[in-house]
Amino acid sequence: MTKALNTFRAGADENGHFGIFGGRYVAETLMPLILEVDEAYQAARADPAFQAELDGYLKHYVGRPSPLYFARRLTEHLGGAKIYFKREDLNHTGAHKVNSCMGQILLARRMGKTRIIAETGAGQHGVATATVCALFGLKCVIYMGQTDIERQAPNVFRMKLLGAEVKSVTSGSATLKDAMNDAMRDWVANVDDTYYLIGTVAGPHPYPTMVRDFQSVIGDETRAQILEQEGRLPDSLVACIGGGSNAMGMFHPFLDDPTIRIVGVEAAGDGIDTPRHAASMTGGRPGVLHGNRTYLLQTEDGQITEAHSISAGLDYPGVGPEHAWLKDTGRVEYVPITDAEAMTAFQETTRLEGIIPALESAHAVAQAMKMAPDLPKDHLMVLSMSGRGDKDVNTVARELGVEMGGSL
Amino acid sequence: METATAPRHRSAATTPETGRIQARFAALKAEGRGGLVTYVMAGDPDREASQAILNGLPAAGADIIELGMPFSDPMADGPTIQAAGQRALKAGQTLRGTLEMLARFRETDTDTPVVLMGYYNPIHSWGVDRFAADAAAAGADGVIIVDLPPEEAPELTGPLNAHGLHLIMLAAPTTDAARMPAVLAHAGGFLYYVSITGITGTRSADETQVAEAVARLRARTDLPVAVGFGIRTPEQAAAMARAGDAAVVGSALVDRIAKGEDALAYVAALAEGVRTARA
Repeated sequence: MTKALNTFRAGADENGHFGIFGGRYVAETLMPLILEVDEAYQAARADPAFQAELDGYLKHYVGRPSPLYFARRLTEHLGGAKIYFKREDLNHTGAHKVNSCMGQILLARRMGKTRIIAETGAGQHGVATATVCALFGLKCVIYMGQTDIERQAPNVFRMKLLGAEVKSVTSGSATLKDAMNDAMRDWVANVDDTYYLIGTVAGPHPYPTMVRDFQSVIGDETRAQILEQEGRLPDSLVACIGGGSNAMGMFHPFLDDPTIRIVGVEAAGDGIDTPRHAASMTGGRPGVLHGNRTYLLQTEDGQITEAHSISAGLDYPGVGPEHAWLKDTGRVEYVPITDAEAMTAFQETTRLEGIIPALESAHAVAQAMKMAPDLPKDHLMVLSMSGRGDKDVNTVARELGVEMGGSL
Repeated sequence: METATAPRHRSAATTPETGRIQARFAALKAEGRGGLVTYVMAGDPDREASQAILNGLPAAGADIIELGMPFSDPMADGPTIQAAGQRALKAGQTLRGTLEMLARFRETDTDTPVVLMGYYNPIHSWGVDRFAADAAAAGADGVIIVDLPPEEAPELTGPLNAHGLHLIMLAAPTTDAARMPAVLAHAGGFLYYVSITGITGTRSADETQVAEAVARLRARTDLPVAVGFGIRTPEQAAAMARAGDAAVVGSALVDRIAKGEDALAYVAALAEGVRTARA
């Protein structure tokens, strides 16, 4: 299959398929809305005024472009590849999520929608959605699993401060996948005024493509910045994958540069050989959930199982369909990193670089730490620092077994 | 656009194995009444109790049975059906178990149409060809897959039709005239009209609006129309069976099973309502 392709950047097809993955597996009631979103997005994408408006907000509100930073001390510590961080953690709201939220909120406004709904796991997408809703004065309802509400209290309060209504989801396992189920149930009951602002490169077409396009600003900027700073393209890219939006945004502009090694990092929780992980590509198999066919964690009988990761943002039993396709074509390698490895990377990054990474991003750092020592010093590696870790300090303290007021 | 000359759809598959649905609607027409379609979740609250309810449905007055296949993530369902699926899964229900229940039902009833209803992933996981063969062997007449719109239906219609099973398609208030040909291209057995924009077991539809919607569907297809979502009382069932060819009652029945009430007595009351409502 790989040999037959001239490009890895052409998908999805008009029905939203990346090979066998993707598609639009939703109830008939939602189909006309999905088609309406697709039509509106195609029109917006072709409209220079839309892109100009988005660029303006990305520059003046989000703070783009984000820096491409040479991580000198981490590089010296590892003694191999030269490591750069793409600093999405410096965006307004502290993660890459806002890139897509800004694009989608402008689309929702063009569509005349007055009410925005979204799902959130760690709360980063919820906060970013509540932020852009506040910016434009739109009603905002965030669905969040009860389990996640308990472990991400600061983000819940941020959303409320921003004017959003946070609805607690108690069905199923009361985590991200159940929040997505409830958001879809809301949408089906509020078809006229509501826009569903999906947080990752998953869901029914056109969401995987649309979110990827909005997130591709990460890779586009990286390309220009590395050419300016090093005079050539990188040799490898590393990014963490939950649904996979920061990774897709970083990878997509480089997919057709065959010399670049591209590595996506899945959350292996307690280990890929245990039942407690979130590595749907390494440890799952293809299935259909949340509007798309993709790799899923599921039982032999096709029931979706609960994911586990120390990072709430990676704690999802599926993955974006384009990643599933890139895995099967072999263009991108997908590897697992455990909670313990991510914790070590979190602490090393903090102490060596003065950057507290999100636990999600710490998975990418952990993979870079595995790869870099064996690579030559002129190997250029770019890592997506997808978010900042202030939100995770409670989790980290608990994991280290220390009180917040105690000493390390 | 609706026009008087719009092509009319006729049901594609009419093999002997799939005749139960057509035979039942023909009988209802001869009796001059609407039908009662009852939904129960297979394995809820447990396998044995569920089998007893299933086996008792025809005598209680169910004309057609929808047998729910539990799924961990039922995105189109309200709290009642969600909870039923969770109970069934917790009690150990599997797709194999659901097909076994249907086969046992067929030992005592060979006339009542049974439609398997659920979500795509368990079938995808089982394998579509294998599922079609096994469902037909168990005695199913059709399949409703909530998250399989016409755009994605071809991967299932082929195997189903090859085994004489109908794919029963859903039409919703949001399904406009432009989408109808795509919906009808795959539709067999009957058409399931989702009478509200929303999830199962929540709000109820207005009879007049439903009657208008059904009239629009009838202008396009000869398939019978079953109306569902939000039907709770014998009066509502009677009204919706009058507006369409049959009324579907799911959440309200499942709710009685959850409360340990006499579910079959409730079905009898619904059937009485539907039988007294002449078209």
